[in-house]
Amino acid sequence: MDTTTLILSQWQFAMTSIYHWLFVPLTLGLGWFVAYFQTRYYQTRDESWRKHAKFWGKLFLINFAIGVVTGIVQEFQFGMNWSEYSRFVGDIFGAPLAVEALLAFFMESTFLGVWIFGEGKVPEKVHLASIWLAALGSNLSAIWILIANGWMQHPVGYTIVDGRAQMTDFFAVIGNPKAWVMIWHTLADGLTMASFLLLAVSAWHLVRKNNVPFFKTSFQTGALVGLVASVVLFLGGHTMGQLMFETQPMKFAALEAHWETSAPADFSILTIGDLSGRREVWSLRVPAVLSFLACNNFSCEVPGVYELQAQYEAQYGAGQYIPLMVVTYWSFRIMMTFGFIMIAASAWYLWSSRKSGYENAKWLKYVPLTSLVMMYSANMSGWILTEMGRQPWIVQGLLKVQDAVSPKLTALDLTISLIGYVALYGALAVVMVKLMLKYAKAGPEAAMHESVDVAPALVGAQD
Amino acid sequence: MSHETLQIIWYLLIAILWIGFFFLEGFDFGVGMLLPFLGKKDEERRAIINTIGPVWDGNEVWLLTAGGATFAAFPHWYASMFSGFYLALFLLLVGLIMRGISFEYRSKSPDPAWRNRFDWMIAIGSFLASLLLGAAFANLLRGVPIDAEGNYTTANGIMTVLGLLNPFGILGGLTTVAVFLLHGANFLGLKLEGELKKRADELSKKLWIVAVVLYLVLTVFTYISGYWQRGMVNPGIIPITAVVTLLVAGYFINQQRDGWAFIMVALNIVLTQVTFFSIMFPNVMISSLNPEWNLTIYNSSSSAYTLTVMSIVALIFVPIVLAYQAWTYWMFRKRVTTDKKSLVY
Repeated sequence: MDTTTLILSQWQFAMTSIYHWLFVPLTLGLGWFVAYFQTRYYQTRDESWRKHAKFWGKLFLINFAIGVVTGIVQEFQFGMNWSEYSRFVGDIFGAPLAVEALLAFFMESTFLGVWIFGEGKVPEKVHLASIWLAALGSNLSAIWILIANGWMQHPVGYTIVDGRAQMTDFFAVIGNPKAWVMIWHTLADGLTMASFLLLAVSAWHLVRKNNVPFFKTSFQTGALVGLVASVVLFLGGHTMGQLMFETQPMKFAALEAHWETSAPADFSILTIGDLSGRREVWSLRVPAVLSFLACNNFSCEVPGVYELQAQYEAQYGAGQYIPLMVVTYWSFRIMMTFGFIMIAASAWYLWSSRKSGYENAKWLKYVPLTSLVMMYSANMSGWILTEMGRQPWIVQGLLKVQDAVSPKLTALDLTISLIGYVALYGALAVVMVKLMLKYAKAGPEAAMHESVDVAPALVGAQD
Repeated sequence: MSHETLQIIWYLLIAILWIGFFFLEGFDFGVGMLLPFLGKKDEERRAIINTIGPVWDGNEVWLLTAGGATFAAFPHWYASMFSGFYLALFLLLVGLIMRGISFEYRSKSPDPAWRNRFDWMIAIGSFLASLLLGAAFANLLRGVPIDAEGNYTTANGIMTVLGLLNPFGILGGLTTVAVFLLHGANFLGLKLEGELKKRADELSKKLWIVAVVLYLVLTVFTYISGYWQRGMVNPGIIPITAVVTLLVAGYFINQQRDGWAFIMVALNIVLTQVTFFSIMFPNVMISSLNPEWNLTIYNSSSSAYTLTVMSIVALIFVPIVLAYQAWTYWMFRKRVTTDKKSLVY
């Protein structure tokens, strides 16, 4: 193993994971919305609800397709690029992955097929159940993958035998508190993302006075769910922070640029580091708030990165145990800032939309772009923080990233695959964004036709 | 249960997952490859895609489950195979991505050039995946240069791709492509009607000849090379039965008995996989450098505890999955027409 292949492997994994994760949360949340709209239709027989299910269902499917195909890459990559990791954790990590496929992938793909192709061909109850099962399946899949990821952040229920981790307690692995806080945070993130997509697309149409009653319903649904989900999301994040303080103190200190151990600890509003990202140049701080974030009281001691570094060196031997601070620090801030704004914004949207004429309001035209920017930035930076904050560990305290990579891969192999993924994923993104915009703009009438060539005039006109 | 029994159970279970995958995705790979050749007009192509529309994604999950189960039950097998076949698997992934995305996107624009592009992506993606899977399985049987740690020694993915392209690997790949094409054509014969069905039936006759020739050459090659003698199990009459089912398929194809023709080729695929997993046992990766370095189910598996937990999970959920997947095939058993109103994708 040389450093080039390590770095290329890391870039490739980061790139493919971030890309995959751009699509998945939306799938997780949007599925529930589509299932809800479909239910309302079968309850009320009101054609408008059917349009809701169809229109948001189309955007759901366009998005879903990319999540599915890029998900296969994720499953294969562990063995392809991280074979030493796979050997080390297979006994534990492989299990939730296999269960994910068996329990969740089969469910979502099979029942999504039934939902897409089954309208009018299968009984209505079956058709309705199929979209709920597809939504449930995709969320179950998130749960299992987070159980696997939770183990990497906070290993439990294992013992080390011959240099490999072995599972000793399956229920400890699936009951890992770290995993469940991540599940809480992530499923709420899915709903928040989906809500903001509803808000963005609805606002775009409301500004243009297209299908006003239809998009008002969507807008209000998005605002309501968005408010609840983003608050739940925040509470999950706060709980995760406290758990992180206990299980990954270095990540906790790094996301705050908290250099020296102190009690009480200050919260950094803004800290400027030097170019190495490992030294502080200037900082503006609020006293005691970090202590509160860590343990819900204003005076507890929060260890700083220098002390933790010394502690890890004593425990694990010489090495760099401080993650890339500039990344953890800023990704945390981006996530927090946008997260809070999203709570406030959805509350404001909900409040404003109680009056009838809000489609004429000036602020509405800013909703589409700001919603998309906020939801994707917050979501992406959250995962970057989680994964980068764990460096240099791939499994916290047990295995370092540098010892996890496939030993015989060459820089040439990785260059070929990395270029291949970038080109392919880039092209997919272009096609996907084009389709999303086209279908979002075409509105509910065009979406009523299963295939667009039945209504080429409508759809084509928007191109 | 003893560790050894659990290892055998999981080897069998992974074999079953691969058998399911080749049987199911075999015909939808075949349908994918035939798409631009069999469908002349747009609604014909759409009808062809719609025959597998509701089920292809579920079929592909068999591959994902096989991968996940291998990771969980035999981590060293998973690690050696996936890192060893690095670029080949990368190309397989490219094929699967091209294909998967195209089913969903091809009808989302009325532009004929857009649609034609995605149709070819479906065909090329399906071809790449079939060819590479066939070549990879042939090479697993032939043996690959893994060292004592289970790592590829050629140390270069380019070499492993080229390494797959030895005569036996190429033959395995091409045979897989031919059998999948035949399987796909038979499936279309069952699912389509009218002019399009006739075309599929005609094609099926020609494809049968190609598949039989390649299959016989592969069988003879495997026999002469002695690759089948490395494991502990003598496959007995299974490979002969596999050949017979393929030959009998020809009779049914000529008699226009689509159902039987489909079943016979399906049996051939199943029996070929049964043969493969019998003659590998108990090896999972054969080292071409030193038989001592072979990965077997015994030195590559997870702990007895993990295998026990996984067995319980599988015992509960595999029957449920099988039941609802079979049920969807029953739900969508009707033939697909080129009537635009009835088409989805």
